[in-house]
Order: sequence, then structure tokens, then C-alpha cells
Amino acid sequence: MKLFESELKVVNIGLESFRQGLTDAGVKSVQAQFKPPLSGETALFARAAKNAAKIEAANKKALAKVLEAKPALVGMGRAIDVVPGMKKDLILHAGPPITWARMCGPMRGAVIGALIYEGLAKDAKAAEKLAASGRIKYEPCHEHNCVGPMAGIVSASMPVFIVKNQAAGNYAYATQNEGLGKVLRYGAYGPEVIERLKWMENTLYPALKAAIESLGSIDLKSMVAQALHMGDEVHNRNRAGTSLFYRAIAPAVIKTCPEPKTAAAVLDFINGNDHFFLNLSMALSKASLDAARGVKGSSMLVVMARNGTDFGVQLSGTGGLWFTGPAPVPDALYFPGYSKADANPDIGDSAITETNGLGGFAIAAAPAIVQFVGGNAADAVNYTLAMYEITCGESNIYKIPYLNFRGTPTGIDVIKVAKSGILPFIDTGVAHKDPGVGQVGAGVLSAPPEPFAKAFEHFARTLK
Amino acid sequence: MIKTVIKKGAYFDSVSLMQVAKRLNTMEGVLDSAVVMATRENKGIIKASGLLTPEVEAAGDSDLAIAVSAKTPAAAEAAFKAADELLNKKPAQSAGASDRKAAGLDDAIKMLDGANLAVISVAGRFAGPLAAECLEKNMNVMLFSDNVPLETELALKKAAQKKGLLVMGPDCGTAIINGAPIAFANAVSRGNIGVVAASGTGLQEVTVLISNEGAGISQAIGTGGRDVKLDIGAITLIQGLKMLAADPATEVILIVSKPPHEAVLKKILAEVKKIKKPVVAVLLGGEIKDKVKPDFYAAKTLEEAAYKAVCLGKGREIAKAREIIYDTNLKAAELAKKEAARKKKSRCLRGLFSGGTFVSEAQVILPELVGELRSNAPLDKKYKLANSLELSGHAVIDLGEDEFTVGRPHPMIDFSLRNKMIVSEARKPEVSVLLLDVVLGYGANLKPLEDITPAITEAFIRNRELSIVASVTGTETDPQVRSKVVKGLEAAGVLVMPSNAAACRLAGAIIKLGSRK
Repeated sequence: MKLFESELKVVNIGLESFRQGLTDAGVKSVQAQFKPPLSGETALFARAAKNAAKIEAANKKALAKVLEAKPALVGMGRAIDVVPGMKKDLILHAGPPITWARMCGPMRGAVIGALIYEGLAKDAKAAEKLAASGRIKYEPCHEHNCVGPMAGIVSASMPVFIVKNQAAGNYAYATQNEGLGKVLRYGAYGPEVIERLKWMENTLYPALKAAIESLGSIDLKSMVAQALHMGDEVHNRNRAGTSLFYRAIAPAVIKTCPEPKTAAAVLDFINGNDHFFLNLSMALSKASLDAARGVKGSSMLVVMARNGTDFGVQLSGTGGLWFTGPAPVPDALYFPGYSKADANPDIGDSAITETNGLGGFAIAAAPAIVQFVGGNAADAVNYTLAMYEITCGESNIYKIPYLNFRGTPTGIDVIKVAKSGILPFIDTGVAHKDPGVGQVGAGVLSAPPEPFAKAFEHFARTLK
Repeated sequence: MIKTVIKKGAYFDSVSLMQVAKRLNTMEGVLDSAVVMATRENKGIIKASGLLTPEVEAAGDSDLAIAVSAKTPAAAEAAFKAADELLNKKPAQSAGASDRKAAGLDDAIKMLDGANLAVISVAGRFAGPLAAECLEKNMNVMLFSDNVPLETELALKKAAQKKGLLVMGPDCGTAIINGAPIAFANAVSRGNIGVVAASGTGLQEVTVLISNEGAGISQAIGTGGRDVKLDIGAITLIQGLKMLAADPATEVILIVSKPPHEAVLKKILAEVKKIKKPVVAVLLGGEIKDKVKPDFYAAKTLEEAAYKAVCLGKGREIAKAREIIYDTNLKAAELAKKEAARKKKSRCLRGLFSGGTFVSEAQVILPELVGELRSNAPLDKKYKLANSLELSGHAVIDLGEDEFTVGRPHPMIDFSLRNKMIVSEARKPEVSVLLLDVVLGYGANLKPLEDITPAITEAFIRNRELSIVASVTGTETDPQVRSKVVKGLEAAGVLVMPSNAAACRLAGAIIKLGSRK
């Protein structure tokens, strides 16, 4: 029969030492990693397998919506004026829904800061009281077409970028990035934080708004595609993206700004913040993935997000349901003087980039930040390669030079995650667990298994 | 003091974990340790050692539990640190993208175009579904994993049969496909003898004897021990026979098995009858009375089967097989005389084996020489040892039985338990002969001499009249190199024979000659 007549080629799953004999005999072999499935309910896997063709068709449709998306920066506005459902007493936050009582330190700090910034409380003490009073409502950014990094706090007067998916017509919103150090998104709320937010509202926002209006729109998708070729993965590294954005916006800022001094201050601010582009890459991802919502029978993820307490996911085919589990503490490189003991569990909507095939999924494109994954460029490549195992397809636009311009792994399939045990790989910044301290490190983590197990089991139970 | 560390959601295969535990136990100040996935079964296992702390009890299936019993907190901390390092150790060569691990099965198949064999050694509860997936992807499967349910085995084998694929196992330790040793196998010469074996050590022994006798192996297919049970009906064994019958490179076929179910044996022999090539069969502890066909040859021992196959393979008369055995017997008789002369009186024989099939073979050969022989794996239930740890009279034990291997690597890899027993048996004045097997090859202990010699030296110090007889299952091209191991053992005072059967006969003869005094 065939086996004896063909060249023996072995896939070894389990004990790696078994490859030695094969290697010595000149037989080609590959070691395949094995991880236990996330769910012990084998009947559900069988049910998913029975429906595989249908699910695949649905996922193809959902993935097509993501790949066809044409996200462009089309304007700016105040949250209260443009974000759907925004109200004066509403605060939007990162991740799945959470009450004040369960919020982590940095998110509480950011809420306190936002209440002071809005003039709803005169100091931190008053803000904390108000925050806990029940008079302030909290809802996820994701439920308002928004995304926010880290604490992800959006309040009524905050200016937001407006990103339009010109293919499907939907919109996504994100605030302007404050930079590093003591900033609201890491839970800082001191006077300098509020002062910066006010400057961003009164100076940065009008200047950028006028500049964007004079340009009409800025194509973010091709900007991200270029940034990947320049060493960004547009989550932990946004240096190229920020530079590209700067190049696009600078002439318009100078042209539209009434005072050269203001124009210089605005451009200096963007130039001085390597992460300025992050909020745009997040809004671009959000605009792309929201278009893929509501595809019946699709097991593709449209959201991965964390609120510093819980990690939550949403699927295209399961409507507005959140599947959550405890957020893990990232494995990170810490700034001097800090350690894992200081770290808050993972936080922020920025995992929307991974959901869109960027960030950790595109880390093979960002060799400059491989110290986050052990310092070895090959490790980064391997992380990206592993993600192809759990995705529905590959990007047609975002490509990785090192992989011969292969498209990034895009569209996480919860069934593949549950079955293979391979968890999405996420780049992330790390917040101090106490409000007001700010960022203490950056690194990577694998998403926790629980939300995926729950999402898979729920999804599979609805199958016939 | 007992200290515990739980690592949530960190999966490691049990062999890696046992290797870590083994290392921790050698650390100073560490009395005992358990490094296990916190499954219910594992909790049960470590309960006995007193390492089941409340933290371990509370941990779940997907959590890694490290429990250390240590003299000081510092020793426990050092053990945890060492465990961390061992578990996260990266391979020596930088894993470049070209030699990277595949993230999963699909990835592996993409990396290795035309992959046609999957070797699976993950925990039994995951092995079945994984094997099914490999079959779906048109790969043959060797299932090293044990603890796979019988109905899963049947379903896998039926699915494979439909697609013309082979499922070797579960609990299949060895095979040689297209010249390549798979899992626990030896580096043997290629040749015209094809083997199908429902016994792992049996397959190793016959392929080694054939190769060392100057003949060679075309293919050696393992079936897993349960294949010849009524429930499975020898699906793989019969598929293997058909494949070897059709294989132009195979001119002689050799079947190795424990006695199959009667109905299954009938099926096997019906298949043998159709084969237009000479067939040799050994059913250890069983007999084939049927003549089957003119060029069918039954054998009683692995040795006889191997040498008969060699004669057929080389076109010699089958009777020559006896001559090969006769030659080794001449040498054995002389040695036996010398050894018996050293003793006041020969009394008990104790066989400490790492290979299960050798225990069966010993029970076929020894009773004729020494009389009643007990075992923890008896061919006849009548001779079951009451307590495997308290040997009495003449006894042979299989250290690869579950009672010894739970929470410990297989005795072919980890000699520590047998080493302890070599010394403790030697201390008993009634013990005159120790009978051992040393199995070489891929997968087996890579430093057998280094590991076994101290125990042997100690044994001879404790018992000046003791004889130690051993066989070494291996070839010159095995990573351990047979002649080096033989020389080392002989230097330590061990009488080394070319086969397990010959070693059994020598050990038996020493007892027989010495007991007449």
C-alpha cells in the first residue's frame, strides 16, 4: 500500500525526543505543538464539526466584511454631539460592562478624572462619591461604536475622531491620545492631567478638526498597511503610523491654523507622542469589525476587550452578548522600580487591533519590539504564524514583509480557538494597579481561556 | 514541610513533568516532589505521597501543580525555581522559523507537504480525537498514548481501514517504517523480513536479533496489545499482514503476539493462509497446533522466531535456526558450570524486567529448568505474585506494569526503581541469580551503563555468591552502541547473553546445576 512506497514524513505530536530517531534516519519530521481543547464538552465539538460547512460560509461572509472595509478619518466632534447614545451623565469605559464597585484602580482613577474634567465634581473626593452614587451610568465604549485604550474613558465633552467605514457606511469613534506619563487612560487625575485634557479640547481638537475638514478625509487603511511595512504592528508600536499621520496632517494644520504658534504646538504634541496613532488604528479596527456584526451562524470574533477586571469577547453571530472571564496580568517588561506585583490585570479596548489581524497578530512585522516576546525575532514570527491556526483567513491589505508579504491572520474563529487551545496573542501596555501612577511596563499576553470556552459552548449549543 | 505552587492554565505533557520531578528529587534538601497537571487521577496518585495539599486539591484539570516536601523553605524555593527553569527551557539551537514547532495539525501539514504518519504521545484522553483528525487528514497514525478507551480504538481502526490507513496502537511503543525507527525502536539493518507485532518489546527483540544475525527488516508494524482481543479482532494485525504480503521488499513475514482470543487467532491464521510468502509466528505462552500452510513456522520464543525468520530470509534451511541457538547454549552451559561452582548452593532466581514481553518469554523458558515461577504478569493466573514488592521463590516481574509506572517514567528510561530492587534483592541470602534486561535504542535511557553500574557493584558487594545475567537488546548503530554497553556490563561482572531467551536459559541453568549440590 501507499505508506511503504512513499517517502516517510512524520508529524510528531507529544514527546519531542521521538524525533531523534527520525532525524538520524534522515526522515523529515515536524513537531506539532499540542494543547488541550478549551472545553471538555466533546459533544459540542462534534456538533460544530457537523455544521462546519455552514459555519465556514457564515465566517467567510463576516470576514469579507472586515476585508472589504474602507475606514477613513472623516472628521472630529464632541462625544455628546456625535457618539450614538452619549449623555451628560454617561461615562463610557473599556472592555465588557462593569459596575463602579468592581472597577479596578486605574479605571476608577480615570472616572474620577473625567468627572472633574466635566466639572461634575470639584475634587477627587467629591468625584469618588458621585461615581459611586448611582447618578453616573457606565457603559462599554464598544456598545456605542467607540473604542478607548487602557481605561478607555469617554465623557460627554471629550473630542473624538470620527472614522467612517466607507464600504459599509458605519462609523467608529475614539478620543485623542494623551501621550505617556501621568495620563487619564492609566488612571491619573491630578491637575496636570485635567489641564492637558482641557488643552486637547481647546487647542488640539479645533486645529485637527479644521485640518481634517480641509483634507476631506484621510485613508487610514493604506496608512496601516504602510506602517506594517515600516516596522509597526500598530498596537505596541505606532512610531511609523504616527509619522505617516503627521506627514499627512502637517500641511493642513499649518494651512488652517490661524496662529503659527498654535500650529507648532499641535504638531509638536503629535510629534512627541509615538502612540498618537494608536487611537486611530483602534478606531479603524472598530469600524472594520462592526461591519461584520450580525452575520447569522458566524463564530468569528468582532470584539476582544478588557476592563482591567474582566476580559470579554463578542461574536458576529451572537449579537450583543458578552462572554467574559477574569483578565490576566500581562507577562511584561517593567519600567525600572516596578514589577509584576504592581501590575493591574489587562485593560483596554486596544485588543480590537488583534481582533482585526493587527497588534500581536502582526508582530512578525515589528522586529523592533521583539524584546517583548523574548528578544528573538524568530519568536515574533512564530507568534504570528500560530495565529493563522485560529483565524478565518488572511488580510488582503495588511501584509508582512518577512513572511513574503503574506496577509496578517485575520478574523478569530472561536471554534478554532476552543479546539486547538491556541489563544489569541495580544500586545499590551501595563497599568499600575493603583490609580494615578500610570504605565509601569509593556509586554504581551495570551488571552485567557474562559471567555473563549464560554463563547464556544454558547455558540455550539445553538447549533442543531 | 510541604510547599505548593499552582500555575493556572499551564499545560505540559506528563513525561516532561515527570522528568522535572525526577530532577527535583535529586536536589539537596528535597525529600519528595510532585509536578503534575491537577487532574482528579493525578490528585489520587499524589495523595499517597502526602503531597496533596489543599492548594493542589483546589486546582483544576488545566492547572499545573508543583508540590515539594523539603527540609527547609530555601530548599523548596530552590526546587520551584529549578522547576520553572526546566519547564521553560528552550531547545539549545535557536528555533529559527525554518525549524519551528507547528502551532497545530493544520500548520504542521502545511510545513511538511505530504505528511503521511502522525506519531501521537499526548495524554490518553486527548489522543483519540487527535488520532481521528489525523486519519481525516489522510495520515497513518502511531498511537503511543495509552489509556485510550477500547471503543475509541475500535472506531479509529475501522475508520482507518476504510481509508486504507494504519492505526498502530494505542499503547504501541515501537515500529520501524521505511527503515526509520519510530518511538522506542532500535537502529536495525534493512532487509527482507517484515514484522507485525502486538507487543512492543517483542518487536524490539526480534528486529534486533535479526539485525545482529546479519539479516534485516523491511518494515515492522506495531499494533498495540489490545489489537488481538476479541473486541478489536486484530484489525491492525491483519491490515499489517496484507500490507507486508503486498510489499515487494518483504520476503518473509514474522508475527509476534501474546496468545490472541481463539476466534481472533482463527481469523489471523485464515489471513496467513492466503499469503504467498513464508510466515513465522510466535505467540508467547500460546501454541498454534494448526499446520496452516506448508511454509508456516511456529516458534515458542522470540529468539526461535527471529532466527527462523533469518534462515528463511537468507534462503538457508530452517533447521539452521536451532544451530544458532545451540551455539549460544554451549557457551551458556560452560558459564553455568562456572557460576554454579562459585556457590555453596543455588537457591532463588529473581528476574527484574523493564520489557513486558521478556517476562512472558521468561515464563515460557524457565519453568522447565527451575520449576514453579511466579510473576506479577503471569501467563497463568495460578502463578500470580501475591505482592509484587515482596518476591518469594523464583519470580520474574515486569516493572513496566501500571503498578510501578504511575507517576514515574517507564523503567526503560528511568532505572531508579529497578536499581533499588537490584540491591534489595541482592541483600537477600536466598537470592542466587538476578536476571535483567537492558533495552537500548531510541527513546530508551541514553546512559544505561552510568545508571545501572553502581547498583550492580553494590549488589555484588552485598552478595558475594550472586550471579547477574542480562541480555542487551540493541545494535551497534543504536545511540548507546551495544558493544560498549556489553563491555561495561561484563566489566562489572554481569554475564551478558545475546538474547533474552539465552539469558533466561543461562540463569535457569545456574539454578538447576547449583541446586543439586
